Amino acid sequence: MLSEIVVTVNGVPVTVPSGATVTTAVLLAGKACRTSVSGDPRGPLCGMGICFECRVAINGKAHCRSCQTLCEQGMEVRTDE
Amino acid sequence: MNREVRQRFDVLVVGGGPAGLVAAVRAAEAGAHVGIVDDNASLGGQIWRGEAKHEETAAQWISRLRTAGATTLCGLRVFHQPEAGVLLAETNENVHVLSYAKVVLATGARERFLPFPGWTLPNVTGVGGLQALVKSGLPIHGKRVVIAGTGPLLLAVAAYLREHGAEIPIICEQASWTSLARFGVTMFGQPSKIAQGFRLTRQLATVTFAPNSWPVAVHGKAAVEAVMISRQGRTETIPCDYLACGFHLVPNIELALLLGCQIQRGYVRVDDFQRTTVREVLCAGEPTGIGGIELALAEGQIAGLVASGQMNAAKKLFGQRSGARHFARTLDRAFRLRSELRRLPSPDTIVCRCEDTHYSRLSQHTSWRSAKLHTRCGMGPCQGRVCGPASEFLFEWNPDSVRPPIFPVRVESLAALSSEPELECGEVSGGHT
Repeated sequence: MLSEIVVTVNGVPVTVPSGATVTTAVLLAGKACRTSVSGDPRGPLCGMGICFECRVAINGKAHCRSCQTLCEQGMEVRTDE
Repeated sequence: MNREVRQRFDVLVVGGGPAGLVAAVRAAEAGAHVGIVDDNASLGGQIWRGEAKHEETAAQWISRLRTAGATTLCGLRVFHQPEAGVLLAETNENVHVLSYAKVVLATGARERFLPFPGWTLPNVTGVGGLQALVKSGLPIHGKRVVIAGTGPLLLAVAAYLREHGAEIPIICEQASWTSLARFGVTMFGQPSKIAQGFRLTRQLATVTFAPNSWPVAVHGKAAVEAVMISRQGRTETIPCDYLACGFHLVPNIELALLLGCQIQRGYVRVDDFQRTTVREVLCAGEPTGIGGIELALAEGQIAGLVASGQMNAAKKLFGQRSGARHFARTLDRAFRLRSELRRLPSPDTIVCRCEDTHYSRLSQHTSWRSAKLHTRCGMGPCQGRVCGPASEFLFEWNPDSVRPPIFPVRVESLAALSSEPELECGEVSGGHT
């Protein structure tokens, strides 16, 4: 098993340790996870799949809970959709 | 994509935390065909997240589960009951149709969040929330973290974060010294808690622990820069990188509600054998009363034994359970929320984070239902899991009933809901997702 994984967040490569969630990749990229209905940046709150604040698009699939998704090599994450 | 997977179990356990894990073990060891479902990537729940291999108790139960031959289904979110004895769950790819003779609900608890100005800024997280993020790879070394709210989790997480190199300038506990002293006395009356208490005391020796204290506002542009706290009646501002804030726990009872189980004072009503008011449905752990791991282990085992027909073996654990329950009741009293916290939101503070509904819009209503209908509060993807318990405390509103799906699901999974013709698409998609 690889000890490091490279994913892209909004097209920019981010290296995370193996076992890291997509939330970690987004935070390491210095991004908010989503923009609220009134335009404010939001990051993760509950860390356990309840609050949906961490949702992002993963490999083209919108509204994935990033805190419950583990990073995989080459994964494409977008916070700007 | 979106294959339908059908599985049938004698005993289906929903939730892979301590209660669910031990329920599955006890049932499977009796020869029952057992399935255990969890929405996370691995078993262990929140308390054993990422530590199931290292924590001795967790490792023992997980090894027993493997030996007993239960089927583990991780990364599955249960969202609907199309008919009695059948649950639907989805993964990122498939829909699972899970049939059962008995089901044990061990759905755990979540943190209670209360709104105050600035609480929606990035890097304001739950207390358990931040711990979960760190366990999932978030680097915390050298970061300054203010911990606030109420409950035993504050100390446990402070110790954990400190071990991982975080600086903790202060822990703000809203409860009073008097209240805590009462809790302390009882807590140290339990052998396993004594060890835990000593460990925490050693790790947190130089951290300021402030009772009668709570967050008042968070300052920052793109993320937290400082938090203003009320400490023993005075306000002070503390610069920090994170505010980890949670006000104890609320039970996850949505699935129990969906299955028609009776709820009593906010918790799933069970008899001595952990049976709910619905035939074939048992419940264990936090949904029956917030009580922590010892109670979860006792209740989970009883539920697993009963679900597999071992009533006498279950009875032998009643004593263990009643001791743990006593501790749970003490927790409830010691960490009761003070009324000052109701006055924390200002008129423009967001209460519903999914719909950005402000406090002033909610305060015009007299019930949760009315607020939902008129402001869309609680109608977003989290379906009121965050703002519901907050509103319950702020306005003393009663929670509403639940409707399927209990989590927003992909459009493809909606096909499996076709036995519910009265549901419209807009409703079943659960808001924005």
